[in-house]
Amino acid sequence: MSDSKRTIGEAELRDRVRALLAQAHPDAVDRVTFRRAQYDHGLAWVHFPEGYGGLGLSPGMQSIVDDEIALHARTIYWNLAINAIGIGMGAPTVMTYAAEHYKQQLLPRIFTGEDIWCQLFSEPSAGSDVAGLATRAVRDGDDWIVNGQKVWASIAHKSSWAMLLARTDPNKPKHDGLSYFLLDMKSPGVDVRPLYQITGDAEFNEVFLNDVRIPGDRILGKEGMGWRVAITTLMNERVALGGSSRPGHGLSEKLLNLWREEGPSGPRGADGRSAAEIAVLRDAVVRLHIESELLGITNQRTKSAMRAGNPGPEGSVAKLVQAELNKKITELGLELIGSDALVYETGYPLRRGEDFPARTRRENAKHDFLRARANSIEGGTSEVMRNILAERMLGLPGEPRVDKDVAWKDIPRG
Amino acid sequence: MDIRFSDEHEELRRTIRQFLSAESGEQAVRAAMATERGHDPKLWQRMAQELGLAGLVVPENFGGAGMGPIEALVAFEEMGRVLVCAPALASHFAANAILAVAGEADQEALLPGIAAGTSLATVAHVDAAGRWDLSIVSNEARREGESWRLDGVWRYVLDGHVADRLLLVARVPDGLGLFLVEGEATGLTRKALPGLDLTRRLAELRCSAVAARRIGEGDARPGLERALQLTIAALVAEQTGGAARCLEIATDYAKSRYQFGRPIGSFQAIKHHCADLLVSVELMRSAAYHASFVAATGEGDLETAVHQAKAWCSEAYFEVAAENIQIHGGMGFTWEYPAHLYLKRAKSSEVLFGSPARHREQIGERLGL
Ligand SMILES: Cc1cc2nc3c(=O)[nH]c(=O)nc-3n(C[C@H](O)[C@H](O)[C@H](O)COP(=O)(O)OP(=O)(O)OC[C@H]3O[C@@H](n4cnc5c(N)ncnc54)[C@H](O)[C@@H]3O)c2cc1C
Repeated sequence: MSDSKRTIGEAELRDRVRALLAQAHPDAVDRVTFRRAQYDHGLAWVHFPEGYGGLGLSPGMQSIVDDEIALHARTIYWNLAINAIGIGMGAPTVMTYAAEHYKQQLLPRIFTGEDIWCQLFSEPSAGSDVAGLATRAVRDGDDWIVNGQKVWASIAHKSSWAMLLARTDPNKPKHDGLSYFLLDMKSPGVDVRPLYQITGDAEFNEVFLNDVRIPGDRILGKEGMGWRVAITTLMNERVALGGSSRPGHGLSEKLLNLWREEGPSGPRGADGRSAAEIAVLRDAVVRLHIESELLGITNQRTKSAMRAGNPGPEGSVAKLVQAELNKKITELGLELIGSDALVYETGYPLRRGEDFPARTRRENAKHDFLRARANSIEGGTSEVMRNILAERMLGLPGEPRVDKDVAWKDIPRG
Repeated sequence: MDIRFSDEHEELRRTIRQFLSAESGEQAVRAAMATERGHDPKLWQRMAQELGLAGLVVPENFGGAGMGPIEALVAFEEMGRVLVCAPALASHFAANAILAVAGEADQEALLPGIAAGTSLATVAHVDAAGRWDLSIVSNEARREGESWRLDGVWRYVLDGHVADRLLLVARVPDGLGLFLVEGEATGLTRKALPGLDLTRRLAELRCSAVAARRIGEGDARPGLERALQLTIAALVAEQTGGAARCLEIATDYAKSRYQFGRPIGSFQAIKHHCADLLVSVELMRSAAYHASFVAATGEGDLETAVHQAKAWCSEAYFEVAAENIQIHGGMGFTWEYPAHLYLKRAKSSEVLFGSPARHREQIGERLGL
């Protein structure tokens, strides 16, 4: 490969991981210390530039780092568990658009999990059509004053920072009147209320913004450029949501374990099922397992084809597959459990998502079945993913539109 | 394992694509499939000599291209795109079987002719029961002094009606044997089968006390298993190329066909079908590339990779080929339009070398389910 981005080879990268572990080992130091050292070694996001937690490599090489750490440490930190939105979406957006001092201030703290991030895009009347949102930001001297209501905002209640998309000019067509802000969630006027999901958990929130003041230098990009910045966030979101499966450690892992415990080869045995029923179920399990493996391989292919930088529409392949597949996998999980799927042991006490007590594998399977219904909605619905794939990757024509070249304030809504 | 094609692979792909788009357009395919032989021997000669497609994996010292599974993947993907009528899969299976089973002298005797395209070899292993597993071969070879005799029926033999060197698989006391039978051997009757797929010919062979020469020593089963896996790896590449081409044809049509004053591709029902097909094709690429990269690098389990690829690619190719007809409406259902050629290739390559359900069953066994 003539690509200069790949000057650091696999062996050298492994050496760097070992140098990191010699200096700060996750089994010996606390999370923040270790993750900060990982950042300083350029091993946080290897596809970021040097000096910003990266080494300017292809994103495909991150798995070499993660594997090497896993090989030598018992304490493993998962980006998704520490700060999914910050690490997967906030960081690349900050990296691409923020002023230098914000990059230095924010990026390491995102990676260590000292600052949790959330995404304030969706509104009651603007989900798929998020560019149609109504939250207003109005200039006040050098600052901005924001008013509006955001909804379905995951982990906003634990967040220090938010990516906020707001309208700065209602007289322009909808995409042109948006600006993108970094919002300090401790600002006066930010009101976060739990919103309960079909599981009874509240992972997400309603967020009310009442005269919230944001300093002028917290606009990412420029005034009116918000949609472009948001696209960077959204493209990274799709990769973050769809791109985490790897061969051998995919979505089907839980299903295979469930088969071994709850299925015919588990302790409960055939559980009165006929040979034919077992054969049908086995075939269904393998079918989904294969798709899960192929999703993992697809992610590897996409990542190794990508250079340093932000992903394009190809991330929507994985997002769509992962959403639809996880629904099928969790549905089949319930089928493996059999008649006992009628029982929901944990009940539905309304509570924060992180507050639930440890659950058995079977209880988890039931919870997963319900939670998976969101997969084809969160981060862009499957229908929207199909539009993106068809229009952006296959070049099929868009639909006739009624909202193009119309001032946002004049667009019909309901 | 990093799935990436080198510049040389891309160059090979371009060369083959250029050659085939000039020499194996729809007219040529239709002309070849109307012949009794099922392919144009002159074109096959050129494919062998100019591109090395008959002896892709035959070592250079035997006149072959000396390539490996990744180059084979590229070649079959390209051949699958245009449904080229040629005994490429038969030759690939035969070359792999000879390489895995035969001794040096037999390799020297058989491989140069295959690579040059002057001799056509094929492997026959499916017996009257019509099952593709090497574990359930029922035809038995009889020993007669130093030589062997074969009786029985071998089915669904790739290009078996015209191959001059038939490699028949039969049971022997120490497992499986691979037997060489000349195309004109006494006691051999062969019949070209009227195929569902017009672009690839299959034949049935009947042996009645046919004299055969055994190739290789000891149980041929492990070598044949590997040859079969490598052949399936090529087949899934071919399926991937065909499906990718169907998707292109379908999307092009969706952009240019107008109804209700709009391109049909602007209707979401059509658009979303196309997006789903794109996803299926991307997963086919993952499956097929993975299988050949596992074969080339030895990283990972080839058997699992092949089962998973065959199960997925078979159903996905059929889905894409079938949806291609639907997106074309009435025109897609006509004989003149090529969509049916892909549909038939897709269905027949799904059946060839074992059904998706059987491959899934084998993965289930490997997972201990
Ligand atoms: C668990 C969960 C977590 C979330 N977390 C966040 C978060 O942290 N931050 C945030 O900003 N948002 C978040 N969301 C919101 C999410 O992004 C939106 O719900 C999603 O984009 C869909 O918008 P909507 O709910 O308004 O549905 P709508 O857009 O009203 O869609 C309703 C239906 O219409 C279909 N539809 C809409 N437009 C089209 C079209 N053009 N073509 C075809 N079909 C169409 C949709 O596919 C869907 O089936 C979260 C949602 C969930 C469920």
